[in-house]
Amino acid sequence: MLVFIIRRILQSVIALLVMSVLIFVGVFAIGNPIDILINPQADQAEIARATAALGLDKPMWVQYWDFLRHALAGDLGRSFSHNIPAVQLIFERMPATLELALCAMLFAILLGIPLGLVAGMKPDAWFSKTIMAGSILGFSLPTFWVGLMLIMLFSVSLGWLPSTGRGNTTLLFGVPVSFLSWDGVTHLMMPALNLALFKLSLLIRLTRAGTREAMLQDYVKFARAKGLPMRRIVGVHVLKNILIPIVTVIGLEFGSVIAFAIVTETIFAWPGMGKLLIDSINVLDRPVIVAYVLIIVGMFVFINLLVDILYSLLDPRVRLAEARA
Amino acid sequence: MNGPGVESPFKRVAADFAESRLALAGLATLILILIVAIGAPLVSPQNPYNLAQLDIMDSKMAPGGQSLDGMTFWLGSDDQGRDMLSAIFYGLRISLGVGTLATVCALAIGLVVGLVAAWFGGWVEAVIMRLVDLQLSFPSILIALVLLASLGQGVDKIVIALITVQWAYYARTVRGAALVERNKEYIEAATCLALPTHRILFRHLLPNVLPPLIVIATVQVAHAIALEATLSFLGLGMPITSPSLGLLIANGFTHLMSGKYWISLYPGLALLITIVSINLVGDQLRDVLNPRLQK
Amino acid sequence: MIARLLSAFALLAICFSSITIASAAELVVGLGADVTSIDPHSNNAAPNNSIAEQIFNKLIENDARQNQKPGLAESWRTVDDLTWEFKLRRGVKFHDGSDFTAADVAFSIERPTILSSPGGFTIFTRSIVEKTIVDPYTIRLKTATPYPNLPTDMSGLIIVSSKAAKGATSADFDSGKATIGTGPWKFVRYVKGDRIELARNDNYWGTKPAWDKVTFRLITSDPSRIAALLSGDVQMIEVIPPADYAKLKNNKDIAIFTTVSNRMIHLHLDSSRDKSPFITDRAGKPLEKNPFKDARVRKAFSKAINRNAIVERVMEGLAIPAGQLMPAGFFGESPNLKPESFDAEGAKKLLAEAGYPDGFGITLHGPNNRYVNDDQIVQAVAQMLSRIGIATKVETLPMSVYVSRANKLEFSAALLGWGVSTGEATYPLRSLVATYNRDKGFGTWNWGRYSNPQMDALLEQGLATVDNPRREKLLQQATDLVINDYGIIPLHYQVNTWAARKGLAYTPRTDERTYAHEVRQAP
Repeated sequence: MLVFIIRRILQSVIALLVMSVLIFVGVFAIGNPIDILINPQADQAEIARATAALGLDKPMWVQYWDFLRHALAGDLGRSFSHNIPAVQLIFERMPATLELALCAMLFAILLGIPLGLVAGMKPDAWFSKTIMAGSILGFSLPTFWVGLMLIMLFSVSLGWLPSTGRGNTTLLFGVPVSFLSWDGVTHLMMPALNLALFKLSLLIRLTRAGTREAMLQDYVKFARAKGLPMRRIVGVHVLKNILIPIVTVIGLEFGSVIAFAIVTETIFAWPGMGKLLIDSINVLDRPVIVAYVLIIVGMFVFINLLVDILYSLLDPRVRLAEARA
Repeated sequence: MNGPGVESPFKRVAADFAESRLALAGLATLILILIVAIGAPLVSPQNPYNLAQLDIMDSKMAPGGQSLDGMTFWLGSDDQGRDMLSAIFYGLRISLGVGTLATVCALAIGLVVGLVAAWFGGWVEAVIMRLVDLQLSFPSILIALVLLASLGQGVDKIVIALITVQWAYYARTVRGAALVERNKEYIEAATCLALPTHRILFRHLLPNVLPPLIVIATVQVAHAIALEATLSFLGLGMPITSPSLGLLIANGFTHLMSGKYWISLYPGLALLITIVSINLVGDQLRDVLNPRLQK
Repeated sequence: MIARLLSAFALLAICFSSITIASAAELVVGLGADVTSIDPHSNNAAPNNSIAEQIFNKLIENDARQNQKPGLAESWRTVDDLTWEFKLRRGVKFHDGSDFTAADVAFSIERPTILSSPGGFTIFTRSIVEKTIVDPYTIRLKTATPYPNLPTDMSGLIIVSSKAAKGATSADFDSGKATIGTGPWKFVRYVKGDRIELARNDNYWGTKPAWDKVTFRLITSDPSRIAALLSGDVQMIEVIPPADYAKLKNNKDIAIFTTVSNRMIHLHLDSSRDKSPFITDRAGKPLEKNPFKDARVRKAFSKAINRNAIVERVMEGLAIPAGQLMPAGFFGESPNLKPESFDAEGAKKLLAEAGYPDGFGITLHGPNNRYVNDDQIVQAVAQMLSRIGIATKVETLPMSVYVSRANKLEFSAALLGWGVSTGEATYPLRSLVATYNRDKGFGTWNWGRYSNPQMDALLEQGLATVDNPRREKLLQQATDLVINDYGIIPLHYQVNTWAARKGLAYTPRTDERTYAHEVRQAP
């Protein structure tokens, strides 16, 4: 187990290195940050001065080497447009996104798996068909469209929920969170729902498919013949057997929810990392983009590690020694 | 081979499929949509991609309005004076093409890579899976932007962007499923028989990891179309003069609060109907084709 | 179940409404662009400046039409051709109670040069070679050459407290530690990406704000901002998207404020190279010759564009057809120029005269996330060009990609918007149409590489003339030359917009600023 984890960490360091090179080259390919950041009043001399001040006049590999040296000392650079350390900027925005993502994921799991189980156990019942039809709605419309529709319905027409923003936050262990105050919760509801919708549909469908198959397996028939209560059959035996693909997908989706809540955060003016990323990409704020992606890679690696460990717990046939990757 | 009383497999599938009237309706709708999409230039009143045919003075007409040269906009017109009906027909074509092509390619890549990773293990798996991690954490908007900046705008670039974004997703899911399967008896049996690796991988392992994947894939066609819409929404999608369904919706987004509902609503409805019918057909097919569900 | 759900929602609605009924003395404003820093010298971007200018002051302030008016300086004059003297306002106190003096001015001119940031403020300070503090309320600034634009530069530079900002980083300004100004508002809180909260400065030297507190919320998505206004979450917003203008105008609960913007939308045509990358014949084969070198072709393009149609249809009336570099009333605006009238037949004739009776092919480029409806404008222009026989394609790109490629001269015809933040003509003339010259700092954004030596001479003369009426004349002549030679194709001036709940009043500004202290209860 320990060897497994150490090896994974070593691999991850290499992954981070590769990633940093990719981003550097990528941002270079997009454009010159100075072109978009500079005040239009600046003339050529001023542009040259600003370029030199940010070190952008050096060849790319020299810039990369500088970045690497500083990164090893724990400094991922300073945001061009915010003029504060990029890491500090990202961590400032992280709690908002993490809270939103957790809420969305909880929403999807707590609703998706039970609904999927129900739809899978009685595939021909009317409510199962309703659930399935409803789940199609969840992924067929673009997030930005659904988001604005939610705002129009719940804020503009009905006036039940605040339209945008994060509202009041309360400090929990020094981290600002929304869910502890009623104002915060009302602000959290719509964006979380918006973000959860796609994952919810996916989970419903995955769970249903798995359940349908499992219900026909011998062990379920055997358990039923033994007279085990349905609740126990589904809750223990069926669930355990269908969880592997579901856990994979939850892991993947949780990562993507955190990383790419861009659209939801933009529509709902939610001050999270996704909004920061899109704003930074728009002005080619390279230090922020690089730091952001490296942090996300780190996070994904961690989540995937967790998922692999979960595999081995859920299904003893998958041993970590084998799942070396 | 067909003895008396034994139907051909095709007939059996068709009969099973027809058991669900909902699926049949979905199939009929899907066929209709495909005909409209493929025959868009023939059935559209206007070529919405030809700027010379558009007139800005015809823009934002309500459904049923008449253009300056006497054409009726049955579903209204957009902010460039495009006939919405024609634009939806043409847009369906692009969106379906892009969504399907991207998903099929990504699925194929993901399947092979995922199976190989699960089967060979060791450093092969390590390299592949770290690559997957990298890919999954690379923001799709950044990928699209880099492609746009280095390759320019176009349908092919969008397909590449969508494949790049999605393959890793499949790869990881396939590997997860394959890890479980490879320890089952039938694989052990196959290994004992000393069957060639590619045969074990693709004839034995593949069919058994496929079911969860098909669920994801039908959802992902829809997701690919929606992702393309999102990229368009962020200004990274299709060329603005040849709008896909997604781009039409994204363009209409600015009109959602203005009362000019038709610019966004009708493309949205078209997308919804398309995706619902794809999934009705997909769901039924999966149930019918899955041998483990046969009683 | 449903009934229970509904009653739960109703309860929620009640709780919610009791929270949002703000005290009458609090103002909540929805802003349309991200504010990236509170440091007034770190990033010279309009959204940042707009906030900083409410906490701090400048020596010279701009009124709603960008005319200069006394700020922290009560008066200013030239001592000789190279020296400007500023008399400072007495009795002004910083938010921490300390006095404002000439030392703070000297410090504020120094600070931008020691910060390393991209969109810096050194453009306002670099002409100054020497600062002399004559007494605590008099400062003299010396330039190397005669420099009539120094007051303009001083209307862009923010004055910070030399005590509070000494050695301060941008982070110190974000946290409020160094954010000690002389302005109408005191800093309370800045939550990145979310909000800026300010409180009234009761000791302000000018007219005090009508509100105890103001919160600026950052809502960059256009429809969401409108929704926030309609649902009452904010009382006022800036930048109404044209699509929503008509409906908002008919809304009895909403008041709208508009004025012409200092931002002119125009096309650059590649007019000096022998071959241009995106010019082809009608079939798409690259053309050996660049038609834009012929002023008649450029004129044909200008005539083919129906500016009224763009204003009416694309901009929904929220624009004014443009005939030159700046709207009426700006310093150096020429009385001789009118927007080009739409004349497709005339355009065709000009093309034929120039040797292109069948037209040619071109790709128009433009940004898709920078100016109001930018991608729609490019498409509309393309439609109009295709009517005179130009086979026109369109490519719109995000600004980050677009601007780098345009600066590398990769386009043949490119759309750009130019906000005349200085309020006078040397700035657009120098940046957009003067012959490209690194040493003089000319033609930095001259994407068409248009060149007219006669115009350059007039501009240089104007830049060195301190006498205002004479300078104005020179700038008008230069403008006439450029426009009549079609060195640039102006399309329209944007219109700046604000919307507020009924009962509020705002004086709309040409410089796109949203100043909370100028928001009043309507009489």
